[in-house]
Amino acid sequence: MAPAKPEFQWTRRHLLGLEELSKDEIVHILDLAQGFKQISTRSIKKAPALRGKVVVLLFFEPSTRTSMSFSLAAQRLSADVLEFHSESSSIRKGETLVDTARNIEAMGVDIFILRHPATGAPQLLSRSVNASVVNAGDGEHEHPTQGLLDLYTMREAKGRIEGLKVAIVGDIAHSRVARSNLWALTKLGAEVTFVGPPTQLPAGLAECGAKLAWDLDAVLPEMDVVNLLRIQAERQGKNSFPTIREYSRLFGMNAERLARCKKDVLVMHPGPINRGVEITSEVADGPNSAILQQVANGVAIRMAVMYLVAGARGK
Amino acid sequence: MIEILIKGGRVIDPANGLDGVADVLLTNGRIAAVKPKLEPPAGAEVIDATGLIVSPGLIDMHVHLREPGSELEETIASGSRAAVAGGFTTVCAMPNTDPCTDNEGAVEFVVSRARAADLANVLPIGAITVGRKGEQMAELGQMVRAGAVAFSDDGDSVRNSGLLRQCLTYGKMFGKPFISHAEDKDLSGSGVMHAGPLSARLGLSGIPAAAEEIIVARDIMLARMTGAKLHIAHLSTAGSCDLVRRAKAAGLSVSAEVTPHHLALTEESVAGFDPNFKMSPPLRTAADVAALKAGLKDGTIDCLASDHAPHEQEEKDLEFAFAPFGVIGLESSLGILIRELIDSKILSWPELLAKLTANPARVLGLDRGTLSVGVPADLTLINPTLEWTIDARRFESKSRNCPFHGQKVRGKAVVTIVGGKVKYRAS
Repeated sequence: MAPAKPEFQWTRRHLLGLEELSKDEIVHILDLAQGFKQISTRSIKKAPALRGKVVVLLFFEPSTRTSMSFSLAAQRLSADVLEFHSESSSIRKGETLVDTARNIEAMGVDIFILRHPATGAPQLLSRSVNASVVNAGDGEHEHPTQGLLDLYTMREAKGRIEGLKVAIVGDIAHSRVARSNLWALTKLGAEVTFVGPPTQLPAGLAECGAKLAWDLDAVLPEMDVVNLLRIQAERQGKNSFPTIREYSRLFGMNAERLARCKKDVLVMHPGPINRGVEITSEVADGPNSAILQQVANGVAIRMAVMYLVAGARGK
Repeated sequence: MIEILIKGGRVIDPANGLDGVADVLLTNGRIAAVKPKLEPPAGAEVIDATGLIVSPGLIDMHVHLREPGSELEETIASGSRAAVAGGFTTVCAMPNTDPCTDNEGAVEFVVSRARAADLANVLPIGAITVGRKGEQMAELGQMVRAGAVAFSDDGDSVRNSGLLRQCLTYGKMFGKPFISHAEDKDLSGSGVMHAGPLSARLGLSGIPAAAEEIIVARDIMLARMTGAKLHIAHLSTAGSCDLVRRAKAAGLSVSAEVTPHHLALTEESVAGFDPNFKMSPPLRTAADVAALKAGLKDGTIDCLASDHAPHEQEEKDLEFAFAPFGVIGLESSLGILIRELIDSKILSWPELLAKLTANPARVLGLDRGTLSVGVPADLTLINPTLEWTIDARRFESKSRNCPFHGQKVRGKAVVTIVGGKVKYRAS
């Protein structure tokens, strides 16, 4: 069905992050997603791969795009889908994560999709349940399926990952998207530059293989891809930057900046976008923008990931 | 008359510069004689200590016994059992209980519960400020009268330098040390591990070394200004160690302690997100560990203390960021210290034992930690070659949050004697 290399044996029961994946594993997911993407273009958008399997979405943070994407991906593979949404992850207000998951698992669950505000929560869950665990974003740590769909979108547009120059702009310190992108991109031979105010750019990330820059205009002309991160208004109180207006002037993508980029630069954003803050409407809706392709590709990536972890006989 | 004769052990009494095979006679709860050869008096119990080290009873000047308030984690009785099982005859109980040990009655409560447990000496540390809130000086004098041996807002620094100055100045009347938990909480913020490349990689908020060093520096300056006795708890960074070294060179009355976990572990342990490696101050880098060991060797760091901090399993079985800070240590401490300091040839046995006996006794002004004739008969008999596996499930402590669970170590307390009575004997 999917054009996966027959000799490749996928062994991971969980997808917790991209840091621990090999280059071959990442490429395998991307290749498999390519096959799954075709399903989304058929009139009958359904494959039987996960028929009889139960996928549970455990979401402890508000999310529309990611939860719908996982839900749709699971349904396209014919799985049964349960959704649990809670804004509260505090144990003081009720059950612990482990208890919640074990209770749901007792009903018969094959895959947990976990979105959680605490770094490392998927690791905790994977130690505590027998089902597979897919990380849908943990704290400021990783968001592996977002990283994968970003790579997929870049590869689709550029035909390659190796040698690409990718700028990731924004609050790097608090971004799980930035970290997952970094691991996957560097493994596949791209060059990653993190751009943002020094308060949001931990020096330690230079040791992880990223270049760090404060001057967006200086790095833009050589970039093949510019990935803009959402600015969280609630971070303002932490004195990371003085005002949204100043942030937007220093780090926002607009037509003037776009004109100084390579003609075929790919502009990306994991969403939801703050129009006029990190990106202006004319750029977001313009010909260089890949924002909606990212969303479309997310479904295929998540189908591939769930297909793989459900069939794994390894760790 | 109750008499015990301990025969044929290697007697190490750092306070008296003694290290050699000798016999020790205990009479009516006090040290009666230490001589190369003693005959057992009629009716005396004889303990054959051949092959064992006979040390003054070990002192752990930094433990959390959780009573009152969190008796499911630990009680004064269970903490006392853990203490003697780990070879400790004296422990100092930090005041961050609920309610807080910040008044005479609360100090008396600790003293009376310890007396009822009748195992280790449990010496209360009183809070510096009411409720450890850093707003108003606690009744330091009343607490000393009830038995407090030191003052600390452990868990917090007194944030207001002006108030701390007043407390240090006032407290000089009582001759007790002020123990500083050095942490600038505005700087440590929501941090849960050491700030550095690893925290950046993992996406966990970091606690910079400077959060500790700023307060160490401030408290040393205030000690110089006021002439108070200052003791810095759980040093964790190379920079803190250097600050203490310079304060000592300047002749200030400053002492310091380090925990076994800050000597045996680095921040790398956090990478698995296991909350049993989450403590305050956090595990630091290999360079910090090396600096702390050098500080022990050159005498900058006087004492070894566990910062025994019990937490229930369900509290620790959480997301790393949500789990509480702290690990237990009373029953793993000695084995880990032998591995990290004796086996790696950083300290000799007399040097190690000084930091567990004579030095904390000196810092706290206790008539203990030696084998001088006439002092209370607190002794720890250590089998230095006994190999065993640290098994938190078998601890006397009510809690299991031990970062060393499953590790093999060599050397263990086999007999613990408090006030001339055997309170623990390894089975």
